[in-house]
Amino acid sequence: MSGPGTDRDAGLQPERTRLAWRRTTLASSVVAVLALRQALRGSGSSTEVAGAAVIVLIWLVFLWVAHRRIRALATGRPPGLAPRSALAVVGCTVALAVFAMAVIL
Amino acid sequence: MIDFAKDVRLWFAPSRLKDEGDTPDYRFSLANERTFLAWIRTALALVGGGFAVDQFLPDLRWGVRVGMAFALLAVGAACALRAVNHWVRCERAMRRHEDLPLSRFPVVLSLGVGLVAVAMVVVVLLGWTSGR
Repeated sequence: MSGPGTDRDAGLQPERTRLAWRRTTLASSVVAVLALRQALRGSGSSTEVAGAAVIVLIWLVFLWVAHRRIRALATGRPPGLAPRSALAVVGCTVALAVFAMAVIL
Repeated sequence: MIDFAKDVRLWFAPSRLKDEGDTPDYRFSLANERTFLAWIRTALALVGGGFAVDQFLPDLRWGVRVGMAFALLAVGAACALRAVNHWVRCERAMRRHEDLPLSRFPVVLSLGVGLVAVAMVVVVLLGWTSGR
């Protein structure tokens, strides 16, 4: 039933957690696209390009953290989530909100 | 308030979290992680809603539109910050074999979202739009 060396959890907890990370990256991608749309509404001035670059950077950080966590969860008995990763994800979300406020004003 | 400062310090000091009590069953930690991610998605949805209000409701008056967008964005940011705080507190409580922390936040958030929805209905019904 289980592969050699792995004690697979019958409740599939690591898999569910991995999918939760996937859903979260999907949600962050949607928000990043909306943010890009907001940033590049005007004539394409250098400020707008810089704003778009910041958003792409935030999105990449989000993807990178999620990717690392998804890989860690692929092991049979994964370690707990590092507070630093949790903070990075929260930081990206707050950064997007702050960016939005700055652009709207 | 002092408790909150302690919690904030825990965000940045993972080793201190590990010093507390003993490691719970990893499945409990994973469940806590999924709850955290669900809150992050809620926060992202609120932030996305803020963008959407600003981009897709151009007929609203400037004040109403910016006010709505800012309310959604601020609640989204608060939701994200609260998510990490709640995650740390749950993790610590599990390590110490204490009860999980209770929170007023879900009620506040649902009331807030309901209020925004009612406000939108009123705005549309009263026709507070700048008109085309």
